[in-house]
Amino acid sequence: MPYSAELDVRVTDSSLRDGSHAIRHQFTVENVRTIVAALDEAGVPVIEVTHGDGLGGSSFNYGFSAVPDQDLIATAVATARQAKIAFLMLPGLGTTDDIRQAAGNGASICRIATHCTEADISIQHFKVARSIGLETVGFLMMAHSQPPEVLAKQARIMADAGAQCVYVVDSAGSLIMDGVSDRIAALVAELGDDAQVGFHGHENLGLGVANSVLAARAGAKQIDGSTRRFGAGAGNTPVEAFAAVTERLGIKTGIDTLKIVDAAEDVVSPVLTNPPLLDRLSLTMGYAGVYSSFLKHAEIQARKYGVSGAEILIEAGRRNLVGGQEDQLIEIAVGLAGKGKASA
Amino acid sequence: MTKATAAIVGSGNIGTDLMYKLLRSGLIEPRWMIGVDPDSPGLKRAADHGLTASADGVDWLLANARPDLVFEATSAYVHRENAPRYSELGIQAVDLTPAAIGPAVVPAVNLGQHTGAPNVSLITCGGQATIPIVYAVSRVVPVEYAEIVASVASPSAGPGTRANIDEFTKATARGVETIGGAQRGKAIIILNPAEPPMLMQDTIFCAIPADADRDAIAASIKEIAADVAAYVPGYRLRTEPQFDDPTPMSGGSAGSGGDNPPVPPRNRQWARVAVFVEVEGAGDFLPPYSGNLDIMTAAATRVGEGFAQRILAERA
Repeated sequence: MPYSAELDVRVTDSSLRDGSHAIRHQFTVENVRTIVAALDEAGVPVIEVTHGDGLGGSSFNYGFSAVPDQDLIATAVATARQAKIAFLMLPGLGTTDDIRQAAGNGASICRIATHCTEADISIQHFKVARSIGLETVGFLMMAHSQPPEVLAKQARIMADAGAQCVYVVDSAGSLIMDGVSDRIAALVAELGDDAQVGFHGHENLGLGVANSVLAARAGAKQIDGSTRRFGAGAGNTPVEAFAAVTERLGIKTGIDTLKIVDAAEDVVSPVLTNPPLLDRLSLTMGYAGVYSSFLKHAEIQARKYGVSGAEILIEAGRRNLVGGQEDQLIEIAVGLAGKGKASA
Repeated sequence: MTKATAAIVGSGNIGTDLMYKLLRSGLIEPRWMIGVDPDSPGLKRAADHGLTASADGVDWLLANARPDLVFEATSAYVHRENAPRYSELGIQAVDLTPAAIGPAVVPAVNLGQHTGAPNVSLITCGGQATIPIVYAVSRVVPVEYAEIVASVASPSAGPGTRANIDEFTKATARGVETIGGAQRGKAIIILNPAEPPMLMQDTIFCAIPADADRDAIAASIKEIAADVAAYVPGYRLRTEPQFDDPTPMSGGSAGSGGDNPPVPPRNRQWARVAVFVEVEGAGDFLPPYSGNLDIMTAAATRVGEGFAQRILAERA
């Protein structure tokens, strides 16, 4: 086990990575310092810090960062006393050079994400990450879109490449209860002792905590969340609620419930000027199976072109867009605007 | 009229699709198809179309034939081995692998500069589809930063691309700078497994000055799109070019590595043009959705014809 054998599950807080979407990648060094300090003090064992789309994500397509990722990672590493600092990268966007640089800045866990049918594009990155001594996690995104047996095969590709844990990532917040249990169980059966299994949930159907508990019961050893739901779409599994629920259920996470509740209220909430809501657009994403990070982009294009954000997202679902195709939302909005004119 | 003779090295899907395009060429006669596996269906197809097909590799080719041109559709590794042997014998090589030995060529932009080069590289499919657009913008206004997003259907991304996707992003970004004319380039590739498979779609974002002449930029983009469509018939703009005014978030610290982040100069911000293109393959051998592969074989054909024109003119 890469962490204390006394814990039943290890929680990774993604407020400073998935939360990056919620504030359009405008985290400051000071935000990172105060949030990492509070989470670290509450006993959160892993804190992920990166642009919402991972290393190299700062771009026209996904939004430019206010501060370079690597500076934020270095700040987090310098601030944390017990927590490990993780980062995300997506092959095809970030590169192995970015991984090496993050490692050089002191990050210790490399999380590599692909769409859940494309695991083989991550092999070169896992090999590099392992060769420089990083702990590794694989992310199979949009996991609702494939059945358990397909995910298990893709997880095997990542594990063979060097992933020490593979996550079922519910990027669209679309998985419902048994859909989580079945997928986690399939990965646990496939990977055995070769790698752990994790779950990353979203709140688009209001099921983040419940799904995460079911994942733990099905054998997941790592669970993601974000304090105050600081994340994409309707937000991520709220870490403070997950800590409270798991404590009541006797599942050990090592997180101090009262301290994380305070951190959520006093430290994280003030930074979250525009909190993620379970509203029409984010619920539409869970319902239609759309990548949560599309939310802010759909809002912007809906405003610019005077079209319905919900219609943009539904069309994104109909086209089976995958994570990373934010550019297509512009083209969809242009098309919807043209249709409006033609019929007017 | 006589034609320049050509060998295709690599009898896989790309080499086979290329063969069908060359068979239609008025300037090139594909005469040899070279593979390494006697059971390769590509070799059988080539023989059926009257080419001399050999499974004995480049050794056989160079011992038995002297083509004017060779098209390499193997792998970067194999091409690095073969390239010096071609140039020693004065055979011009069009490289469809990512080996990047010779100068990079995008026919609509810089073919004319390189028709005498011993070896030219076609960069990547994403580069062929997007660099012309970056060039079209940078010939009108300075482009401090350009970014391209290539979305391709999963079944059209072969094992070579998948094993080294960093090579794609780096080579494409470099081409956006050196041929596209952007001061800094970034490339992103997305594989989408949707069924039925999606056509290749590319988005090109260019930073432009706030006071840029948008009509002139749009006209330049349309002109180059027509130039590309002349040799890639399925290449088209999906929408009018889309312009965005500068916003506080339209600049920032983009980029991989972060050692040289493109940030708009102080006291001003970038405006942006976004261009959406789609590439439908001709369906010569590969399915139409794999426009990413079609644009490579179509560009290779166009480059080969540029070479052939020069060779034939010298002979005349």
